[in-house]
Amino acid sequence: MSKKAVIEGSMAVAEAVKACRPKVISAYPISPQTHIVEDLAKMIADKELDSTMVRVDSEFSAASVICGASATGVRAYTASSSQGLLLMTEVLFNTAGMRLPIVITGVNRTISAPITIQPDHQDTMTLRDAGLIQLYVENSQEAYATHIQAFKIAEDREILLPVMVCMDGWILTHSFEPVEIYDQELVDKFLPEYDPLYCLDPEKPITYGSYADNEVMEFRYMMQEAMERAKDKIQDVALEYKELFGEYYGGLIEEYRTEGADVIVVAMGSVLGTIKDAVDEMRENGQKVGAIKVRSYRPFPAEELYNAVKDASIIAVLDKSLSIGQGGPLATDTKAAFYNKKAPKVASFMAGLGGREVTKETIKNIVYKCKKALELNIVADMEFVDLRREII
Amino acid sequence: MMKEIRIHGRGGQGSVVTAELFAIAAFEDGKYSQAFPYLGGGGERRGAPVQAFARISDKPIRLRSKIHYPDYIIVQDLTLLENVNVFEGIKPGGLVLINTEKKVDGYDFPEDITIKTIPATKIALEVLGLPIMNTAIMGAFAAASGEIRIDSIIRAIKNRFPGALGEKNAVAAKTAYDMVLSSN
Repeated sequence: MSKKAVIEGSMAVAEAVKACRPKVISAYPISPQTHIVEDLAKMIADKELDSTMVRVDSEFSAASVICGASATGVRAYTASSSQGLLLMTEVLFNTAGMRLPIVITGVNRTISAPITIQPDHQDTMTLRDAGLIQLYVENSQEAYATHIQAFKIAEDREILLPVMVCMDGWILTHSFEPVEIYDQELVDKFLPEYDPLYCLDPEKPITYGSYADNEVMEFRYMMQEAMERAKDKIQDVALEYKELFGEYYGGLIEEYRTEGADVIVVAMGSVLGTIKDAVDEMRENGQKVGAIKVRSYRPFPAEELYNAVKDASIIAVLDKSLSIGQGGPLATDTKAAFYNKKAPKVASFMAGLGGREVTKETIKNIVYKCKKALELNIVADMEFVDLRREII
Repeated sequence: MMKEIRIHGRGGQGSVVTAELFAIAAFEDGKYSQAFPYLGGGGERRGAPVQAFARISDKPIRLRSKIHYPDYIIVQDLTLLENVNVFEGIKPGGLVLINTEKKVDGYDFPEDITIKTIPATKIALEVLGLPIMNTAIMGAFAAASGEIRIDSIIRAIKNRFPGALGEKNAVAAKTAYDMVLSSN
């Protein structure tokens, strides 16, 4: 029997990972990720999960352990945040290049300096070019669903890329809310045992990540092709999940009340909940406003996003990370997706950096600014929302 | 209709557990709920002022911002009134539940709100032998607000603290519940 209970977001992830039966889990503590691997460690100790928990000396080792484990042909998982994800970076590029289908939870927390444990997307965004599929989730139930989907996407023989499920630290990992945990049999039906195409085997020796000179471009080309195929796969897997579990959170994107919208707010992660509430209130006041959740950041859903917003007058892209010297990565990618097309104007807003709170009023203010920009026909390149100018 | 609860305490007083058990109990009552700590760890040191939040609604809860305009405020420690504006943003007609044995007449309360006091620490010392008063606060809140059933709170307490500890905490909650009801 499936059970629905009020649990912590971290526990929802641990329950999902447990149901996927990874053979190897590596763990190194860093807030706000730690509860997930603690919960998994307890499940293993309580013999609810048959898996090897490797406590390592750093995040570099945590990533290396699951990279190696995956190369031996088993399902492997870890989680990290912030500086921990940065320390994994070198290994993650390698793991993606070796086409090993690991799953990692990127529990979003900003990067030092200044040192803080507050959430934003700066950490996972630095990994966007690593060859990882990146899926951002809105709530605990979606986090549960997306982890189960992640293994299926990663391990598909047409894909074979690591998947990082990105979830806002604290806001989701430390919130308690109702989450439905499904039967093991149902998850088993959705996600069969991992059947690797290749693996390290003394009887049939192969090498992963060996030296290449004149083949590098072809490796990158194949990764790009796999990412392109992942666009269909992510949508198919979301629909399969819907069929079996009765829940759907969107494929590459999720549209919310975009029909007839003049202004559409585009964002990723847990802030979508607040945005949806703000959209409802603005709609009640007769404002034609909608929202789009970008669920898959890599691969980037350029076509789907364009089709969803092309009839709007302006879109507000809310970024929770900054490519310093350029702007918001989501806004930059969105603008690139629209180039050479008849498209709405794009207004870029930097919000929620270092955990700066985003309220319904923040969203209404952004929408107001978009309408003003249309009136004046001047769209600013980028605006820092709720910037405390007095302390600069 | 969504109801929002903001809990003011000090690190170590169980503010987060209080919010968590409110959410669990409200869900048991058939409602949607959400509980979360003040984001980040800057205020999590023992003794430092902390906040925790809970939302209860008939509909699924999507909102992720902190609670700025609460229907209910719980003050776990009277000394917080000296240096934290615990009443900030309370809705007109809102209810503030303060843990104290003292009279609170001398404070500058906002108008149009209800103040209730509960000697939760005293109850905890008598029932548990320890000044861990959050379960007594939970029982008092059930009686003062009518938002959550006391049976659901007691079940949530017993599930969270199995065995004798849970039983004793359930007694603390019920004692405070009865005390508030009889004072009405």
